[in-house]
Amino acid sequence: MSQQTQDITGNKISPPEGWQGLNEDWSSDKETFKSVPWGKAMMWIFLLSDTFIFGSFLVGYMAVRMTTTELWPNSSEVFALTIAGQHIPLILIAIMTFVLISSSGTMAMAVNFAYRRNRSVCAALMFATAILGACFVGMQVFEWSKLIEEGVRPWGNPFGAAQFGSTFFMITGFHGLHVSAGVIYLTIVAIKVLRGDFERSGDYQGVEIAGLYWHFVDLVWVFIFAFFYLW
Amino acid sequence: MTTQSEQQEHELHPISIYLKIWGMLFVLSALSYMVDYLSFQGYVRWSLILIFMVLKAGLIVSVFMHMQWERLALKAAILVPPLAIFVLVTLMIIEANYIFSSRVTYFGAG
Repeated sequence: MSQQTQDITGNKISPPEGWQGLNEDWSSDKETFKSVPWGKAMMWIFLLSDTFIFGSFLVGYMAVRMTTTELWPNSSEVFALTIAGQHIPLILIAIMTFVLISSSGTMAMAVNFAYRRNRSVCAALMFATAILGACFVGMQVFEWSKLIEEGVRPWGNPFGAAQFGSTFFMITGFHGLHVSAGVIYLTIVAIKVLRGDFERSGDYQGVEIAGLYWHFVDLVWVFIFAFFYLW
Repeated sequence: MTTQSEQQEHELHPISIYLKIWGMLFVLSALSYMVDYLSFQGYVRWSLILIFMVLKAGLIVSVFMHMQWERLALKAAILVPPLAIFVLVTLMIIEANYIFSSRVTYFGAG
């Protein structure tokens, strides 16, 4: 370490200034995270900050749910659907959960095929992931419009405590925004894979980094499903 | 900096791992849905929800996000800071209990 700085001072190499300097200074984290490219480290740090955003939302939800003196709406009934004459509790959310988990599975395999340099399978799996993600957002739109029709508003609802609406729209809305952004992100990366953009450099880290983001979206849903819908 | 070959060697796990984890996530999701469907209540419900949640989260982070194959420096940097959320949770539980009791006392609802 000390030898390295001596070398630098000995040779009198001044680090680059401006934006390039900013970029190079920050990307020196590759010294800390060995065998982790800076792009991946940065994605992890972004996801860490996102963890705190969703963590704060869920803690806020916990606080308003604990402090309200009104009855909290029974999510099992609020999100029930009647399919073919059968009244099934929470079914839409269960389907959404399975769709998102499946998209995570296809994404994990897409990363693997990217490292095998199998471009067509990798891109196909990524498109499948994006389509499943779009299905998830579609079901969320259905869920939102159903609840809005039933009179659920951020300031009140016919089922019980008013805070139910505000936390519901905030938490699922923010998550849905992440899924929508992820669908766009995955589509862009999949097109780049198909076009062979990564083939020139031989570096398929971009697929893994996109995968990290997507798995995180799934991870957040695990917590939302447990705390908001099941609790 | 690592060479490309090192990186690739480290990422080439057989596809079967992902299929296995996918299957386990499906089973765990089905189980957590059953918690609601069979309408367990009280502490049984809450502990089952938490157990299935932690197992699912663990599988996603360790296998799908490759965390189990990373070096400790990255694991520590990413997995330790979120524990600070538990401090916030504790503080908010204390605060929420106080607010709730004040509301019951002064507004007479309940």
